[in-house]
Amino acid sequence: MGRSSSDRSGTGDARNARPPRPGSSWVWIPLLPFFLFAVIFILIPSISIVYRSFEGPGGELTLGNIIELLNRRDLMLAYRNSISISVVTAVGGGIFGFLLAYAVTLGGLPRWVRSFIMTFSGVASNFAGVPLSFAFISTLGRVGLLTALLNTILGFELYRAGFSIYNIWGLSLVYMYFQFPLMVLIMAPALDGLRREWREASENLGATGTQYWRYVALPILMPSTLGAALLLFGNSFGAYATAYAFTGSNLSLATIAISAQIRGDVLYNPGLGNALALGMVFVMGICMLGYGWMQRKASRWLR
Amino acid sequence: MAFLELKNINKTFAATAAVEDFNLEVEKGELVSFLGPSGCGKTTTLRTVAGFEIPTTGSVVLNGEEITKKAPHQRNVGMVFQAYALFPNMTVADNVGFGLKVSKKPKAEISKRVQEMLALIQMAALGDRYPHQLSGGQQQRVALARALAIQPQVLLLDEPLSALDAKIRVELRTEIRRIQQRLGITTIYVTHDQEEALSISDRVVVMNAGRMEQVGAPYEIYNYPATPFVAGFVGTLNQIKCTVVDAASGVLAHNGQRIKTDSLIEKKDGQLTVMLRPEQLHLGVADEENQLKGKVDHVAFLGSIIRILVRVGDAILTLDVLNERGHTLPRVGEEVTVSFPPHACWVLPGP
Amino acid sequence: MRRRSFGSWIWVVLGSVYFFLPLAASFLFSLRKLSDHLSFEAYRGVFSDAGFFLNFGSSVRWAAITIVASLLLVVPTVYWVHLRAPQFRRIVEFITLMPFVVPAVVLAFGLIRAYARPPLELTRTPAILIGAYVVLSLPYMFRAVDNGLRAIDVRTLTEAAQSLGAGWATVLWRVIFPNLRVALLSGMFLTFAIVVGEYTFASLLAWPAFGPYVVLTFQTKAYEAVALSTLSFALTWASIGVIQWLGRAAPGQAQVAGAR
Repeated sequence: MGRSSSDRSGTGDARNARPPRPGSSWVWIPLLPFFLFAVIFILIPSISIVYRSFEGPGGELTLGNIIELLNRRDLMLAYRNSISISVVTAVGGGIFGFLLAYAVTLGGLPRWVRSFIMTFSGVASNFAGVPLSFAFISTLGRVGLLTALLNTILGFELYRAGFSIYNIWGLSLVYMYFQFPLMVLIMAPALDGLRREWREASENLGATGTQYWRYVALPILMPSTLGAALLLFGNSFGAYATAYAFTGSNLSLATIAISAQIRGDVLYNPGLGNALALGMVFVMGICMLGYGWMQRKASRWLR
Repeated sequence: MAFLELKNINKTFAATAAVEDFNLEVEKGELVSFLGPSGCGKTTTLRTVAGFEIPTTGSVVLNGEEITKKAPHQRNVGMVFQAYALFPNMTVADNVGFGLKVSKKPKAEISKRVQEMLALIQMAALGDRYPHQLSGGQQQRVALARALAIQPQVLLLDEPLSALDAKIRVELRTEIRRIQQRLGITTIYVTHDQEEALSISDRVVVMNAGRMEQVGAPYEIYNYPATPFVAGFVGTLNQIKCTVVDAASGVLAHNGQRIKTDSLIEKKDGQLTVMLRPEQLHLGVADEENQLKGKVDHVAFLGSIIRILVRVGDAILTLDVLNERGHTLPRVGEEVTVSFPPHACWVLPGP
Repeated sequence: MRRRSFGSWIWVVLGSVYFFLPLAASFLFSLRKLSDHLSFEAYRGVFSDAGFFLNFGSSVRWAAITIVASLLLVVPTVYWVHLRAPQFRRIVEFITLMPFVVPAVVLAFGLIRAYARPPLELTRTPAILIGAYVVLSLPYMFRAVDNGLRAIDVRTLTEAAQSLGAGWATVLWRVIFPNLRVALLSGMFLTFAIVVGEYTFASLLAWPAFGPYVVLTFQTKAYEAVALSTLSFALTWASIGVIQWLGRAAPGQAQVAGAR
């Protein structure tokens, strides 16, 4: 690798005439635009958030913002709600997604069903935000299609019974719409990775189907499943557009709280806003790290 | 009655017959190989014994009991797969003990047996390792120990060495045979490598396109092949097209040169094929033997054997000569005489 | 495998119903503008509103600029990493995963805080929105180009071309880009779908775009808003359908998009 010295005769344009060999100290220069972009649009905003979280009103270094955040019941409630909804949709979406992925990979269904579900999952996992919210309002809102159908066909009045799509639990149902296919997309390849020989070897050694799942298949799938669940959690935790399109600022979620700070809806407190944002980055960071770790483990076993 | 009987096994997939009329009786403690090219049905037949395939017709009887339709996990046969199939989430010890764990044996017994098995495969110190930390050869030995731990009635091996390096293959096949003989366990070994089959088996079943071509001891299969396929598949084979000169005395001619055979020739005239093994030919003139004149086409030094290709007429003969220090290798283009005794000829009717 | 089919079919049917119901409901709802019969009245309303063309047009414009900027940024970088700077791969990949660690709201927050005043008052220019969108598109662009390059073994191809006498420009133009066409198209379509459907950045960074327009419409004209979102969904479906069709040789890659 690398050009021999006899090639350095000045062909090509001036900048590329003598490309450096790998390991040479100038090799990062063509990467400069990308790094510059990352610095401007990712690094600086992130660092500014972290820095200003610890910045008091007079510019001094303080933990005051963090402490205030922890004392604000409404904001802590927002975090709690976000975590609840994320756990529910991660677990719910995880279980249903796993079962659907199982159905299309190992469930003995024809090949076209799998293609169809995978394609649709690819689309559905991206169908979030405003259109999704409206679609659910059209289905289960007060004048939604399903609400009306349940009333006319079964005589069951959904909203009278206490259900509402406009609260945290209704929102969970909406989030499931993209969580569930995301789980399918992640688990289907993992389930593919379960080699047929493992099942045969296990049967051969005397294990029943249940024992196979208990001792072999589920443990092997555990890293992928947990990693996927973490990803689902993070996905839900950071969701904003879907929630906002529902009821604006009325829902108490962490992302909504941060946007309220931006809009100036509530008493403007820069330090607090930063602390809020920092809290979010912290949670998401843990999720991604966990996911990465699980992925590495999974790839070792499912090679 | 034999320990394991396969009676009239037929297996059809869609419209193709993967296995046709397979009949075999295996004695207790015997190692039988199924040998043949890819797609010949050897693995399918093995899997009917394991229970992963149900024969379309025919039956499998083990130790007097008919097990044709029995579920795999109830058969007590141990199988070693080509791709090892070790459970990646368990240590070596847990893998080996898996069969005992699922049959709910007490922990102490499992532990003892695992130790025994690990000692048998000479990996006693590696019980805590995970499969991905082992080499291919080590993984296959663990797979073997795992299959043997449940004390199966029959051991089945499905091309266990195909995924390994040449040198490891030779070492491991000897070890497998050693363990098999020590435990006296009835074994079926599937392979496409004829050297492997010949070197470790009590008997070999040569298969082609779903059918059995020949069953016999390795010596028999090699020296007295029953069909042209077996002759060609097992070992190297020289084939010389000849015309009949005198059927009664067994004299044939190839490109003007005479060959005397010991065999009874049934055809009065026309074309025949004479088959010769490379080790039966030698360079030089010898009395009482057939002599064919030709030119050296290629010389390959294979270590203990020197393989010489000689062009005789329009045929190229392969000769295997044992290596000797101080011996001069023949040159390409040299004129030589190839000799062989009449009894070395094996005659096939037809071209 | 033989006995499992029935349960599996149940799951597939249930899953399909859950997927399709909201879409069907959404479409039907949009047809109900005139209370007595189904009609496309709401869609007529959509297309007769000047605001639609203004905002949708803006979003398309942002998408186009984002795609160009993203391509210019990502392709040479990834190419260089593959070819000469493999040691930088991890850090480049890490950067492209940032949108998952720093959700859209948080990034919007940080961008505003950092650039709302002089000397770098980017908030007054669309640059800040485009920048945010490019960040959003990074994971998909990177993955698309990375996979595309990996599939064609860039180093060997480049060396082969060079040994036959091609200069850098020729290599890039005639060898690398044609082989990356499918990968680039996938990345472009996904970016397009994401930007047009995006809401968070557009509303928080206060620039005209399709997303906020739809939400605003909902407050006064519900039917039109649902019609808009149905259209938006159809657009996403089409874009992603194209990608799936283009990328049918590379299955099993979970593509997670932004704009939640």
